[in-house]
Amino acid sequence: MTTSAVELRGIEKRFPGVIANHDVNLQIAPGTVHALVGENGAGKSTLMKILYGVQKPDAGTITINGETVEFSTPSDAIAQGIGMVFQHFMLADNLTVLENVVLGAEKLHGTGAKARAEVRAISDRFGFGLDPDVLVESLGVAARQRLEILKVLYRGAKIIILDEPTAVLVPQEVDALFANLNGLKEQGHTLLFISHKLDEVLAVADAITVMRRGTTVGDPDPSSVTKRQLAELMVGTELPSPATDESTVTDVVQLSVEQLTMIDEFGRTILDGIDLQIHRGEVVGIAGVEGNGQTELVEGILAMRPTQGTVRLGGDDMSGWATRKRRAAGVGYIPEDRHRHGLLLDSPLWENRILGHAYEEVAVKRGWINRGGARQDSERIVDQYDVRTPGIDTMARALSGGNQQKFIVGRELSGEPSLLIAAHPTRGVDVGAQAAIWDQIKEARRAGLAVLLISADLDELIGLSDRIEVILRGRLVGTFDPRTVTPQDLGEAMTGGQEEA
Amino acid sequence: MTRLRNIAIALAAPLLAIVFSLAVTSLVIQISGGSASDFISILFSWPADRLLVNIANQTSLIYLSALAAAVGFRMNLFNIGVEGQYRMAAYAGALFAGAAFLPGALNVIGALLVAVAVGAAWAGIAGLLRVTRGVSEVISTIMLNAIAITITGYLINTYGIKAGDSRRTEAIPESSQVPGWQPFDKAAGEVWTLGLLAVIAGVSFWLVLNKTRFGFDLRATGQSESAAIASGVNSKKMTMVTLLISGGIAGLIWMPSLFGSAHYYGTTFQAGLGFTGIAVALLGRNRALPIAFAALLFAYLNEQSNRLTIEAGISVEVIQITQGIIVLAVVIAYELVRRYRLRAEEREVAQAPRPGATTEEVSA
Repeated sequence: MTTSAVELRGIEKRFPGVIANHDVNLQIAPGTVHALVGENGAGKSTLMKILYGVQKPDAGTITINGETVEFSTPSDAIAQGIGMVFQHFMLADNLTVLENVVLGAEKLHGTGAKARAEVRAISDRFGFGLDPDVLVESLGVAARQRLEILKVLYRGAKIIILDEPTAVLVPQEVDALFANLNGLKEQGHTLLFISHKLDEVLAVADAITVMRRGTTVGDPDPSSVTKRQLAELMVGTELPSPATDESTVTDVVQLSVEQLTMIDEFGRTILDGIDLQIHRGEVVGIAGVEGNGQTELVEGILAMRPTQGTVRLGGDDMSGWATRKRRAAGVGYIPEDRHRHGLLLDSPLWENRILGHAYEEVAVKRGWINRGGARQDSERIVDQYDVRTPGIDTMARALSGGNQQKFIVGRELSGEPSLLIAAHPTRGVDVGAQAAIWDQIKEARRAGLAVLLISADLDELIGLSDRIEVILRGRLVGTFDPRTVTPQDLGEAMTGGQEEA
Repeated sequence: MTRLRNIAIALAAPLLAIVFSLAVTSLVIQISGGSASDFISILFSWPADRLLVNIANQTSLIYLSALAAAVGFRMNLFNIGVEGQYRMAAYAGALFAGAAFLPGALNVIGALLVAVAVGAAWAGIAGLLRVTRGVSEVISTIMLNAIAITITGYLINTYGIKAGDSRRTEAIPESSQVPGWQPFDKAAGEVWTLGLLAVIAGVSFWLVLNKTRFGFDLRATGQSESAAIASGVNSKKMTMVTLLISGGIAGLIWMPSLFGSAHYYGTTFQAGLGFTGIAVALLGRNRALPIAFAALLFAYLNEQSNRLTIEAGISVEVIQITQGIIVLAVVIAYELVRRYRLRAEEREVAQAPRPGATTEEVSA
């Protein structure tokens, strides 16, 4: 057996309150395209950063071409022949191709004729079609990506990491990229391809490793695995014991969405006639591969983005209401991205109690901030929801992700909401906080709350939901009973099932 | 305990910045052949009565200008156009007051309202461009500054009354001139009564920003627009309202001077305050009370520097080096303090006991 180009053993990386990677094992054979797949938050990016020397693992070993190495900085990784192509290009628009390539690598071949010849040679060898003297601002996205690859090749990379390289490309460009990748492979380069687009992974990869919840969970053979099986691996196949607590679903409809349609600024249909009803005491889970309209469904219901269609809460038609009025009517919102939508990171916790709740008596009285009330209620949340913090004057930024999330959950369950929209409520939080958040959602449901749960985690969906709806390309395409559903059913519905099976 | 430490750090940063900038300026003076010791001794000598009055008056103008800039800064709007806004407002206010449509004090109030409205409207143009067309307010307000200078220049040259070599607006009738307070002899001049506008504006600024829902929304938008939108803030409306407020405050900047001593818009108009205000707002971290100290400091340095040429042969402009370095140094110092505090808090969080412990135990 040949030596692996890259071998990771038992990699572990912890951040305060979160285990980003644990027990990660990855073996990449030389001269192959190896795909690393997993949902957002599965730990792919942390692993990449470890392999590229941006972060140091807390435990585990990295072996490159049979030699155990330790990286302190990316330059150590580059010295070992590892290159990385980031999803967001790092190019200077007002410089030429050549200047961008030599920038920071002037010592290799200088900046003149020798460097120009080298850039030409690489471009020709792999059919990149890049002219060294063209300004980068005149290049399209695909050409810029080839330039990024050229940059790492110029620096002598034999092992190239590509972070979701197809995210920015149109289909024809994707095919061209894959042709380039095959060209690289034939000339002996090793490629690590990170993605969560399963079609692409199956089209290009010689080997696949799946990550879930911070660890590697399998190495399916790309020649025999189906898209459905991959999806199941990504979201987790171990079924939790079906929720034993009794159903609390009532007959009263709390949220009623009719024909909700969203067209984005480019004229694309993002949501297509969504009909959805949630009863009091009911948790409805939305399952789907990311990017099929989950985020937009939430933002549409909250009027954060314009939609057509009707949204009713209880007896009120909210369709014409702005975000604040909708939230004030009793909609709690646990956002998918707590840093962007849920917190003021540089404000103390007690001020964060007011964020999004400026209509509650406890936060604002007749237009004036109720400092005492907000502080007192923040203390209550910290106490009741086990938020680990020295006090309510601590900046939100200083808290770990799990504790930030517990505070948000506590805040959103305050003020007696009648509907809770929970988008990935336990993403990126540690196991302890996860269990606590699940318990709180269950308890609120028992008290009559209607819950819209968006999650990429099948365990979470099945364990919490009374009903699961599957979203695909902006439409609800299937309804399942979590007590009887199998991961195969869900996987099939999530990926458009029959058409490819 | 933590609170005391935080206050001490917050005070240390600007003080060190001042010391540092004085040292650099001294060095510059010494290198260019001047006497640094003269510079320091003049700067720190007690100002004459006349200068004390000027310092008080200038502080109020600079403070208003800094508040106008700070309102925008607090929600990440860079209103660079205070300069143009207060120029337009000063002209309009002087024109209105000079026309004497209303008697006595009513004329003063009317002129103030006109000035606020014109300042707000001038800023509102930038606001409209931003919310409807996405034009950066930095660009539009800078351009509006140039337009304001041209427009007021044209209007005064076309419609102004001739006074010697120059033209000006009609003088305010005596019944509408606002007498000041004369702390020393007559030659030292008067402290303008309308300087109190600065106090009122400062207190209102603090109240509105820190104590009201509107202020909370404004600060939230400044910290994280995405979080503010998710919390139900209408960011376009917020942008518009904030720019109107900023321009409205800008409209007041020159009013104490107009009613206190200038009495007409012409050669007496004091330009440049809009830019001073931006630096002072930065120095005062966009907070009401610190800005007041920063305005006082700038007014003090400006007035004291007038003596440099006469008494030590040092160019007045060196004081701008001092002021520039203070602002630069303080911006860096604040960022260092911010990072230090965050690290300190993260350490505290790491050692935090399980919740349930009382706050007293935690802070003890």
